[in-house]
Amino acid sequence: MIAKLRLWIDQRYPMTKVWEEHLSKYYAPKNFNFWYFFGSLAVVVLVIQIITGIFLTMHYKPDTEMAFASVEHIMRDVSWGWLMRYMHSTGASLFFVVIYLHMFRGLLYGSYHKPRELLWIIGMIIYLALMAESFFGYLLPWGNMSYWGAQVIISLFAAIPFIGEGLAEWIRGDFVVSDATLTRFFAFHVILVPLLILGLVFVHLVALHHTGSNNPDGIEIKKQKDEKGRPKDGIPFHPYYTVKDLFGVGIFLLIFFGISFIAPEMDGWFLERANFEPANALQTPPDIIPLWYLTPYYSILRAVTYPLFGVDAKLWGVLSMGLAILLFFLLPWLDRSPVRSIRYRGWMFKTALAIFSIAFVLLGYLGTKNPQAVDLILFTNVRWAQICYFLYFAFFLLMPIYSKLDSTKPVPDRVTFK
Amino acid sequence: MIRFMLTTLTFAFAVNVYAASGGDENLDSVFINLDDRKSLQNGAAAFANYCLSCHGIKFMRYNRMALDLGISEEILRENFLQSTQKPGDLMTVNMSEEDAKRWFGTVPPDLSLTARSRGADWIYTFLRSFYADEKSVTGWNNELFADVAMPHVLYQQQDSMSDEQYEQVVRNLVNFLVYVAEPVKLVRYGIGIWVMIFVGVFTILAYYLKKEYWKDIH
Repeated sequence: MIAKLRLWIDQRYPMTKVWEEHLSKYYAPKNFNFWYFFGSLAVVVLVIQIITGIFLTMHYKPDTEMAFASVEHIMRDVSWGWLMRYMHSTGASLFFVVIYLHMFRGLLYGSYHKPRELLWIIGMIIYLALMAESFFGYLLPWGNMSYWGAQVIISLFAAIPFIGEGLAEWIRGDFVVSDATLTRFFAFHVILVPLLILGLVFVHLVALHHTGSNNPDGIEIKKQKDEKGRPKDGIPFHPYYTVKDLFGVGIFLLIFFGISFIAPEMDGWFLERANFEPANALQTPPDIIPLWYLTPYYSILRAVTYPLFGVDAKLWGVLSMGLAILLFFLLPWLDRSPVRSIRYRGWMFKTALAIFSIAFVLLGYLGTKNPQAVDLILFTNVRWAQICYFLYFAFFLLMPIYSKLDSTKPVPDRVTFK
Repeated sequence: MIRFMLTTLTFAFAVNVYAASGGDENLDSVFINLDDRKSLQNGAAAFANYCLSCHGIKFMRYNRMALDLGISEEILRENFLQSTQKPGDLMTVNMSEEDAKRWFGTVPPDLSLTARSRGADWIYTFLRSFYADEKSVTGWNNELFADVAMPHVLYQQQDSMSDEQYEQVVRNLVNFLVYVAEPVKLVRYGIGIWVMIFVGVFTILAYYLKKEYWKDIH
């Protein structure tokens, strides 16, 4: 009966074929380590965000008069509304945790190298879409930080010469952040960007399954095949990686629910205090800061304090911020190393990556602080941000040089377990 | 793996304890205990008597409060509700905004979320920082909130009670406002522990399932 049904479907839709090609006969390297959990976890968080988002949409009101109150209505009067809301806010932050670790994996093992340049670029576009999604979503609770955060970030567009002011006005739909802005951000957050992300994730997976996964040794498993044409170091994704990822999902959910239930505010890192006050155009919060996942770029923006070539500092800041993200796209061409994985690279790349990671984290930290205060040693925050700014760009811009000069170790033919 | 889970749990709790304390060095820290139902009930009564005539908690419903804090409907009707109010009503203020502006020069803020926006320590310190000031219109001023429009509403209590009793009144009020800012706080820890135990068992099973499948992979 089941077999007959399967045949009936297979004649009309390539069900078994797709299942085999992408799961049961899709060969993945057998030496995936810790860093390889985050791809599937990103999909898990995406699903969590969509499901909780649907429930929130049922009760949320995108109207400046009602938005803030409707969120409190969800928190208090809607059955389990508080859980949906906390899962959604926790999911937003953990989405970035997962994506940053996923991207860092790419840096560690050279996953952007030929032939995976497009895979990497599609991933970067997803990252951009995710930033847009979080930015639009952050306005919706209509708290005071929502309001001022949107005000500041939209005003960045106004720094662009000639068209800037008009562009900012076009984005807001008004001269200030207002009801028009809220309703369109709602539309972007629940329809436009999620559709984009879903489409891009699909394309990302198509590209991945075309080239096959990289692995911690950075070698192509397709080069060593057995007599049946299967990669010797490959194992079928299903069941091996489905059960392994199931365990990864368990650990992730433990952290996810731990935060959602026990500490959803994460002391202001996931839900900011100032956002428990409704938007108030007359009362600016003491410090306007975006949520943690955008603060590295915010730091880069604020690090530029000198006008140069007759262009004011703000525009240089905006351009630097744009370039900081753009450079990630160029990684496949900036990296001239003959080997992919950090395991077989020399001290130069290892040092560069370590410095870059520290600079990125520091930029993120400094982005949450008052630029003129001293929170680290010796210098003001903005001075430290400027140091990190140079380290950040040096990592990318000097990469063609040091990645080529760097010594390498011999790469094995077969994958290794470490 | 067990150790990893424990570390995560400890971390989550540590962050939460830190968050609950507020973490601002200029404020006096207050001990918040949402399990202390007596304190929450007394806090609710004090709030209704001394605060609610000026400060609303407009996101809180009377009957939700009664249900959560174990206040019977009879007591609710007698002591909390005005004759025209229904148990399902929101705890708003009767004073109109025009009156408020005329009397105080400003509209007293709604306190539904103050414990989340300013923190429990801030409210606690604020309530304990009033001092007599002849230059001010109300005759009172506040060390934490300079030239605040609010008079020292509790000064009669402060005069008639021992320091210890008065301290308790303030603490009950703060405790109550922490509850009001997030009523679900009463239950979410308890539910959360069970969810995590469930996910923990799932994770352990998934670990052994993975091990079983992978035993031939070298």
